[in-house]
Amino acid sequence: MMKEMKRPERGKSLFRFAAPQLFYPLAGALAPWFAGAAAVLTIIGLWLAFFVAPTDAQQGEVYRVIFIHVPAAWMSMFVYLIMAFWSAVGLVMNTRLSFMMARALAPTGAMFCVVALVTGALWGKPTWGAYWVWDARLTSQLLLLFLYFGFMALTEAIEDPRRADKAGAIIALVGAVNVPIIYFSVKWWNTLHQGASVSLTKAPSMAATMLAGMLVMALASWAYTIAVTLWRVRPLILERERHAEWVAAELDALEGRI
Amino acid sequence: MQWESWSAFWQMGGAAPFVWGSYGITALLVAGELIMVMHRRKDALRRLLRLRRARAGGGSGRRAFEEIVE
Repeated sequence: MMKEMKRPERGKSLFRFAAPQLFYPLAGALAPWFAGAAAVLTIIGLWLAFFVAPTDAQQGEVYRVIFIHVPAAWMSMFVYLIMAFWSAVGLVMNTRLSFMMARALAPTGAMFCVVALVTGALWGKPTWGAYWVWDARLTSQLLLLFLYFGFMALTEAIEDPRRADKAGAIIALVGAVNVPIIYFSVKWWNTLHQGASVSLTKAPSMAATMLAGMLVMALASWAYTIAVTLWRVRPLILERERHAEWVAAELDALEGRI
Repeated sequence: MQWESWSAFWQMGGAAPFVWGSYGITALLVAGELIMVMHRRKDALRRLLRLRRARAGGGSGRRAFEEIVE
């Protein structure tokens, strides 16, 4: 759905899924497939990470933390950008579902941000001798976590959903400036954190099997994020659209089963 | 295969607390998030069903609810 919305040339008909009534069953139908894909990719990724990728010549075995650290850090940035994208769409086109998507994404983005920070600390202790240093990469990543928390706290705290949506959208859009700062911090400043592990312009500096493991884990994270976001947005849709006829019919079907 | 034995695998070249700690905490966070998502879904649905029953229950509430349904 996320991709489809960005490609209007494939036919305006895809825009019909911007209607909560149509998106609700679509999300329900798609989520298990993405969850299944996430599970399978995680198993393949972990197998590559622990049984195929070689020991790192410099770091030994502790480097195996990167198979979750790097994908989690990527996801924490991507998810924020997607949140900002949906917020912008919501502000410009006034589509309710866009704001609901932004809200459904935030907790998963925050979760990945915590994973990136914690696994980074656990890798940093044996490698750098410190769990934490205030370098530009780590500090801007910590700021990202506070932006996620700020978005969630603000949208939860404001009673009127339309005002909450707008306030959240502003945090999402303003905070998006921080994402390129995180990404390029290792270039712009002299950070203790190492440079990019994977670059589109340079040949990979690591063994092909290490790279493969990291990319498979990144795909698993994408599939997981999509599944969880779809699951999270469904009850949000029902709550926000509770006055609509189709929600009453949906609740009829659920009566006695919850 | 990278490992001489299973015990070598679990020891992770001496980095076991850091490697397994990282994977363990991640697994807990993912499991926690999934549980929270399911929990919030149930909460939301229960609340909506309760609201609906209350509306269907009595007097003017009933009429208001029927207006919504029809």
